This record gives sequence, C-alpha cells and structure tokens, in this order.
Amino acid sequence: MNQTPLPNSFRSGPDEDGRFGIFGGRFVAETLMPLILDLQGEWEKAKNDPAFQQELAELGAHYIGRPSPLYFAERLTEHLGGAKIYFKREELNHTGSHKINNCIGQILLAKRMGKTRIIAETGAGQHGVASATVCARFGFPCVVYMGATDVERQAPNVFRMKLLGAEVKPVTAGHGTLKDAMNEALRDWVTNVEDTYYLIGTAAGPHPYPEMVRDFQAVIGREAREQILEAEGRLPDLVVAAVGGGSNAIGIFHPFLDDEGVQIVGVEAGGRGLEGVEHCASITAGSPGVLHGNRTYLLQNGDGQILEGHSISAGLDYPGIGPEHSWLHDIGRVEYVPIMDQEALDAFQLLTRLEGIIPALEPSHAIAEVIKRAPKMRKDQIIVMNLSGRGDKDIFTVGKILGMEL
Amino acid sequence: MTARMDNRFAALKAEGRPALITYFMGGDPDFDTSLGIMKALPEAGADIIELGMPFSDPMADGPAIQMAGQRALKGGQTLSRTLELARKFREGDDKTPIVMMGYYNPIYVYGVDRFLDDALAAGIDGLIVVDLPPEMDDELCIPALKKGINFIRLATPTTDDKRLPAVLKNTSGFVYYVSMTGITGSALPDPSLVSSAVNRIKGHTNLPVCVGFGVKTADHAKAIGAAADGVVVGTAIVAQIAGSLTRDGKAGPDTVASVATLVRGLATGVRAARLVAVE
Repeated sequence: MNQTPLPNSFRSGPDEDGRFGIFGGRFVAETLMPLILDLQGEWEKAKNDPAFQQELAELGAHYIGRPSPLYFAERLTEHLGGAKIYFKREELNHTGSHKINNCIGQILLAKRMGKTRIIAETGAGQHGVASATVCARFGFPCVVYMGATDVERQAPNVFRMKLLGAEVKPVTAGHGTLKDAMNEALRDWVTNVEDTYYLIGTAAGPHPYPEMVRDFQAVIGREAREQILEAEGRLPDLVVAAVGGGSNAIGIFHPFLDDEGVQIVGVEAGGRGLEGVEHCASITAGSPGVLHGNRTYLLQNGDGQILEGHSISAGLDYPGIGPEHSWLHDIGRVEYVPIMDQEALDAFQLLTRLEGIIPALEPSHAIAEVIKRAPKMRKDQIIVMNLSGRGDKDIFTVGKILGMEL
Repeated sequence: MTARMDNRFAALKAEGRPALITYFMGGDPDFDTSLGIMKALPEAGADIIELGMPFSDPMADGPAIQMAGQRALKGGQTLSRTLELARKFREGDDKTPIVMMGYYNPIYVYGVDRFLDDALAAGIDGLIVVDLPPEMDDELCIPALKKGINFIRLATPTTDDKRLPAVLKNTSGFVYYVSMTGITGSALPDPSLVSSAVNRIKGHTNLPVCVGFGVKTADHAKAIGAAADGVVVGTAIVAQIAGSLTRDGKAGPDTVASVATLVRGLATGVRAARLVAVE
C-alpha cells in the first residue's frame, strides 16, 4: 500500500498534468495532443463562465428532469431488516440513466468550440443513446461506435440511437465490446481532427476527460448530499455505486469524499468469478497500466496485453476503470468489491418485485452489495445507493438467462 | 547515443539520397519467419529497420497493422521475444539501425529501466512510442536518452509552429513526420503538402526528417523522398506478409522472398528520389 501521507482533501485532484497520484495523465498520439489541450483550455473557461453554468442548470432542470429524487426504499429496507436504504433515482432522468448529465455538458462544450460532428463509444448503449439524444437536440451529426457483441445484446438501444438519427457503427475487432469501440472511436478522432468532438462517456481517457466527466456527474452527489440532509438531518453511513469506467460512481462519491464518517464502496463486475478471466474487476484483480489515454488499473497479462473481460452487464464490460477510482483505491478512501453475474441477476429480480423498479444490470451490482451489507448494519444507519439506470434495455438479456420467451 | 543511427544518416547524406525505413511487426506470423524477414531487409535495400512491438489495442493503427499484431500475439510473441529478435539479428548485422515502435503499456509493465537495459544489450538504437507525447517525457523519453537510446518523436499536421519546439525538444535520431491525420495505412497525401511540412519542421531542427503514413509503392517513395531525409513504409510490407500466408495464417513458402521483392522495388524509389529533386 501507499505510504505517502493522506492529502488534506480528497477532492483537489487532478494536478495540472491530469494526474491523480500516479494515475491519469495524457497518453495519446501526438495528432490528438493539440486537441485535448484545446479542450482543456475551453473546459477551464466554460467551468468558470456563469452563462455556461446557467445553461447547464436550465437544461438539467427542464430537459433532464433534475434534481432526480432521493427515494426511501421502504420495502427493501424492511425485507433486509437493517440499515435504511435510499436510492438516488438517476434512472428517472431523460434517456433513462445518469449518462445524459455528462452528454449535455459536453455537447455545450462542443458547440462553444465550433465543432460540427460528434463521435462517441458505447457499451450498454446508454451513453450512445444519451449522445444521440443531445445530438438530435442540438442538431449535430452523430456516429456511435459499439462493439458487435453489444449491438446484439443491446438491440433496443441500437434502435433508439438510430431513431434519434445517429449512425451506429458495429466494431468487430477483439471481443466486440466497449474496449474495442473506444479504440475505433479514437481512430476516427485521430482521422477527423478538424471538425470532430469526441464525447467520451465515462470518467476515463486522457486529461481533461476524467475530471470533466466527473464534474458533470458530480451533480448526482451534490443533490444526494442535500437531499439526505433534508430527509434525515444527517449524512449517510454508506454510499454505494457500481463501477465500470466509473462515471456514475465518481459522480455520487466525489461530493462525499471529504465527509469522514461516510464509508464509500464501489462495486465492480465479478462476472463468473475472479479465478479466471471472465470478469471485469480491474481494481480487485488487475494491475496498473496504460490504456486509452490514462494510467489506471487494467486487466492485463504479464506482457502488458489487455485482456477481454466479461460481465453480464454490457456497461461494466470494460477491462479498465477511471483513474480517480484507482487513486481512491490506492489511498484507501474508497473500498472496491466484486459482485458476480448471478448475484446481480438475483438483485435485479428482487428489486423489481419489492419496489416496482426495474433496474439496469449495472446498478443491480450495487443493489447486490447493498443486499449483503444492509442486514449487518443497525436500523438507524443509512445507505445511499446510486440507481444509475433503468433496466428496460436489459429485459431481453435477463429473459434469455431466465429461459423466458419474449 | 548509439552510433549506428548517426553513421547511417551521414552515409546517406554522402550518397545524396533519402533513407528507406521499413516497418514490420515482430513475430508476424511467427518468430522464425519474422527473423528471416528482418535479416532480408538490409540486403533488399532497407537502410533503417522499424521493429513493431505487438499490442492488443493499437489505437493509432489501421486494420493491416492491427491484424499483424494479432497474428504475432497469437503466435506467442511478447516484448521479450521482440528483444530476442533484435538480438539474433545483431549477430549478423551490426550496422543497420533498429528502432522499436509500438505502444507504452507493454514497456511499462516490463519495467522501464529493465526494458532500456535489455534494449541496449539487444542492439536497439531508437524507440518510437505512439502514446507518449512530450507531456509524458518523464515516463520513458528522458530515461531512454540518459541510457543512450534515441527517442524518435512523431510530428503531425496538427503539430503547429507553436507546439513544434516542445515536440522537438527531447527528440533525437530523426523526426518522424506523420504525413496525415489518421491511422496507418490510409491513402497517400499530396507530396507537395508533405514537402512544405518537411521544410517547416526543418526550420526548427537539424535532425533528419523522415516521412511515413501512406507510402506504398516505389513511385510514392520517390515522390515523398524528393523532399524528405527518409521514407517510412509499413502497411504495404505488413500487407505483403498477410497476402503471402497460407489459408490457416501460417508463413507461406515465399513469405520472406515476397517481402524482399517489395522492399527492393521501394529501394529503387528512394534511389531515384533526388534525381527528381535536381531536375
């Protein structure tokens, strides 16, 4: 473990080179370097521009539907018999997940920068749908790269993107999942540098993306913090979120990082178990490496070749994680744990029956962790969990596993 | 720095022609064939060898080089096997400069210091690491220069005059001008644009400026070589290897010979380049 003294604040990163401890950075081809420096400059300006912040807040309120509710899950709490469980209802956002928070922010930046074409990568399709949505709303042509495997298992989202006017390009390289889609999006960007804005969907990639995406998503944690103070008069004991690339997680975690009494847990996809290679638990079972513009924990072999992960959830099917999570893990502020496919599937069904909420398979991993922890906590303790997306997109996957004809 | 690179460029200058720099993927389709290709290159007219280090996620490469990397990895290639390839080659050739080209992660995982020591021992003269821009110089560039291995930087059409000094600051050996924004293996750009870009870079440095991305034929090599100190050919060679393989992806009977034939043709291109320039 890291022996350096803990910082005064966990919220001051990254440094000017985009580093969170040893993680983060700008590991990109020279062709892209001027572009990400431009983006950083524009982001610095926009961040401190009241007009930009106002437009963001207005679109948040009237287009996304913010603030999202903080909901007390009464029956689940009763069923588990321990801590009080609250859900931050990001699945009620326009387009059905937290992804839209980031897309609205970045499309406003793209507009400011005079870009005329948007590209994005997507795994589960939630970010692809959110990207296609903001492109329709702001009149940009949009190309979404999506792994061929994901195109197949997330068919409803593919259709939604097409309806919204986006071009969906299936990527057959590798296993045809999120990692391969990101490679292909980077190849597009390096080719079309003049007019194209790359709308990255998670808090990863070269600086300033991890910081910028986090800041757009931190609205989740800021609201949740205010809402729980209003509902309970105090901060929660535990905050939980699922982590793929980690944007919904860093969004809810970040405003709580300096609250000493708040324990924070990130849930990785344990897939079919950590013994083999069929999982996506980058922190629990990976090691530091450099991919897609940043240094972070990766699933890789001894030769530095990146492994193909596995998760039942396309949105968690990525062999890396945002660099800030890697740092939060190393300094011990956030605990990262794996949840297996089957546990997530059970949690998915339990929540559907008990609360009348069909969660996406991604936050189902977080629910499974809550199911483990809540019974061991006192009844006066409080858990806040980020319910980052709705599960309509997953009913075909779940139906297939449960052996139901749809 | 190792002397091979400077000696080679000095000799080429005396000859009055640009260098032919040939890229191939180490271990494609297997170690022995790859070594055969490497040994055949100098005799066929290659002046500098770029030895590709396979990586699972080559973000700046087109399909031909992506597939070459996959074939090599499938054949069991690793970074230490790629170093071994160079070591074996050096047993019979101590003059031709070798530049290893690839992505940072395998080197990072191998360990930077250990890698540089082993690379020096294997007879490596330079490194091109696609995803290490000047902002990341502390990672590998500075340690490599300290050990005496050239760090060759890519300059691109997006590298403007303001940025060029930063890009050139810790560059040694030569400057690799990427002739277009895009991935390897795209179409050849207009030679006159390339020529003005090369002259722009030469206004900032005394290092040789070599041009790559899009050069596939002897005519291309001749046209691009008219203005540049070197012409890099990669995708065409890798595609030649791919085309020579048997149906199950194994080396064919003429894999090495067909690469040599292609390189001989390209070599006539660079040898004709300056004749054009003088006219």
